[in-house]
Amino acid sequence: MKDYNLTHLRELESEASYVLREVAAQFERPALLFSGGKDSIVLVHLSRKAFHPASIPFPLVHIDTGHNFEEAIIFRNKLVKKFNARLVVGSVQESIDNGRVVEEKGINASRNVLQTVTLLDTIEKYKFDAAIGGGRRDEEKARAKERFFSHRDEFGQWDPKNQRPELWNIFNGKKRMGEHFRVFPISNWTEMDIWQYILQENIELPSLYFTHEREVFFRDGVWLAKAPFMAMKPTEKAEKLRVRCRTVGDISCTGLVLSTADNLEDIIREIAATRVTERGGRYDDKRSEAAMEDRKKEGYF
Amino acid sequence: MTETTITDFSSKGYLNMQLLRFTTAGSVDDGKSTLIGRLLYDSKSLFEDQLDAVKRASVQKGSEHLNLALFTDGLRAEREQGITIDVAYRYFATPNRKFIIADTPGHIQYTRNMVTGASTANAAIILIDARNGVIEQTYRHAYIAYLLGIPHIVVCINKMDLLDYRQDVFEKIKADFNAFVAKVLPGEDLRFIPISALKGDNVVKPSQKMDWYKESTLLETLETIPIDKDHDMVHQRFPVQYIIRPETDKYHDYRGYAGRIAGGILHPGDEVIVFPAGIKTKIQQIDTFNGPLDEAFPPMSVTILLNDDIDISRGDLIAGAGDLPKTGSDIDLMVCWMNPRPMQLNGKYALKHNTRDVRCVIDKIEFVLNINTLEEIPGRTSLAMNEIGRIHLHTTKPLFFDPYTVNRQTGSLILIDEATNETVAAGMIL
Ligand SMILES: Nc1nc2c(ncn2[C@@H]2O[C@H](COP(=O)(O)OP(=O)(O)O)[C@@H](O)[C@H]2O)c(=O)[nH]1
Ligand SMILES: [Mg+2]
Repeated sequence: MKDYNLTHLRELESEASYVLREVAAQFERPALLFSGGKDSIVLVHLSRKAFHPASIPFPLVHIDTGHNFEEAIIFRNKLVKKFNARLVVGSVQESIDNGRVVEEKGINASRNVLQTVTLLDTIEKYKFDAAIGGGRRDEEKARAKERFFSHRDEFGQWDPKNQRPELWNIFNGKKRMGEHFRVFPISNWTEMDIWQYILQENIELPSLYFTHEREVFFRDGVWLAKAPFMAMKPTEKAEKLRVRCRTVGDISCTGLVLSTADNLEDIIREIAATRVTERGGRYDDKRSEAAMEDRKKEGYF
Repeated sequence: MTETTITDFSSKGYLNMQLLRFTTAGSVDDGKSTLIGRLLYDSKSLFEDQLDAVKRASVQKGSEHLNLALFTDGLRAEREQGITIDVAYRYFATPNRKFIIADTPGHIQYTRNMVTGASTANAAIILIDARNGVIEQTYRHAYIAYLLGIPHIVVCINKMDLLDYRQDVFEKIKADFNAFVAKVLPGEDLRFIPISALKGDNVVKPSQKMDWYKESTLLETLETIPIDKDHDMVHQRFPVQYIIRPETDKYHDYRGYAGRIAGGILHPGDEVIVFPAGIKTKIQQIDTFNGPLDEAFPPMSVTILLNDDIDISRGDLIAGAGDLPKTGSDIDLMVCWMNPRPMQLNGKYALKHNTRDVRCVIDKIEFVLNINTLEEIPGRTSLAMNEIGRIHLHTTKPLFFDPYTVNRQTGSLILIDEATNETVAAGMIL
């Protein structure tokens, strides 16, 4: 008898493809939130596959904190060109200049929280009615209850206690004027699935994900990158170490791990052996145990 | 299973891993959260920072041992209330399978969550507190698993540690379940396992205390349940989701129908009928990014090209010419109502069936089911939240469907309240 089972990666891919096609079918102005990190790079790959041989039927939206790793921006621009995609940039610096948000001060200052305002402003400006994100339910407790199609009210807010039930693979994207949806096609993927998929599909990543030498300093159990806008305490000393990123975002909250892994197989081995979650290295989540839930309610990614 | 193999992804073995989705059902305090915590903990799927957070929280709550339930009880509101309030999804993997757990609460007003979690599950774990045995609510849990067509049921008799791990306790509950529950809900792949979620017996590791039990542990069971027949591999069904028409010179005449196969095995050359047009044609090509395929099956997402130029849009169905679906506007179905605003007889709703959107009117409520006794209550004019009943509805445009027991994709639908846009019901077509 022939074996009619899909592997778990093929099944996850098929599910994501289905969700992406639902977005294209149900919404008028969808967009893909592109952070430059591996999850959104995988989303772009999945989108190319889902709509082949047509090009991706929605623009990529990058909410730019201005505090980027240079490599990430170079990679972004290359990717946009290579896949003939459309790029929309929402600038946190612009939100600050316009007085929409106030820059945080002090040693732990980060533009991460400010992104929410820029994101919602960008969604409103371009009248996006669905924003596809790379959020995964295994990342964080508050995300574990996200729907694939997650409704946001006209203020962009999430009400975790009043979510629409999601049955089978029937997705209800009905909404009123001014409301929008966040859509998470890779909800059911874990960090390990992502890496295995990147290996299987041979997806190109920014060099940041592989080992490189960088000036870093240690704060509250996390290695952070030294950068001009990163305030350091007198007691903190930068040193040159071999590191790689486990997630890539705004520099101020991207934790680095000490690693010599320079290829995907080694990274997968490393992750299998790692005993700390991916977000454990995210400085933004350390603020409080319910940090993510609070930010998400307000409209964060 | 040794400790090293369980996180050993270093080989390329993962390329052959399968995906199993399961849900847990049980009454409040039967140990669902503890069991999931135990599965994650003993399969080494938890990370140090998660462990630390739970250790801290356990101490804070004055718990003597690690409170495994805290791993799954996610959102702040429920941490405060100490209960699970919605469906939460958990993930873990062994070298053989990746698992998706739909963690659903057991309190009476949460039938809708259980239905939601069950809708995508291959397997259901039904928990029974060994001290209580089969109780009224066991019927509810088994019934929902049955109604939602979950192919595999694993009954875990939990808290065996509180009854000295006695075989007679296990055998009695098993016999009761077979005599009363399995009798009215036949046709399932049914297994029984005596466990202690708290102490870990027979969850991941075989119990030292129950040598009278010779079968697989829960994890071994989940790893080996055959799932290749869980999809309908017989009736060729392809709901059209999206039309792909690249506006480029190279693909000038390309017109592809994108979708996810809902049933049957498709091949190029297969004769098909397109609904609602009723036109017969052949599959010309099954296209993917990686090139055309010789065959495709559920739940693959593909793009189909047809021999003839037919006017096809989203919501249409491409079906094998040899085994046609039912078509019609008068539908008999079971529904679970999921909204605080009750279903009204003669009420109008939007209806989503596969990729098809229509409107409908509820023209008959045959009966409401008492899901604890399975008694049918006739003569009702409304259906309240968490109630399950048999109804009849009429649609504005015809549906192309199969009975839910034949195909969980083409047999399912949801109702939407057009005033609030909320999803208000899950429907299983009879
Ligand atoms: N003695 C014993 N207690 C258990 C067992 N499983 C769960 N419990 C306890 O039963 C209570 C309810 O468990 P919980 O997992 O929260 O149940 P839920 O409401 O079904 O999620 C908690 O105090 C658990 O510690 C078991 O196998 N043995
Ligand atoms: Mg619980």
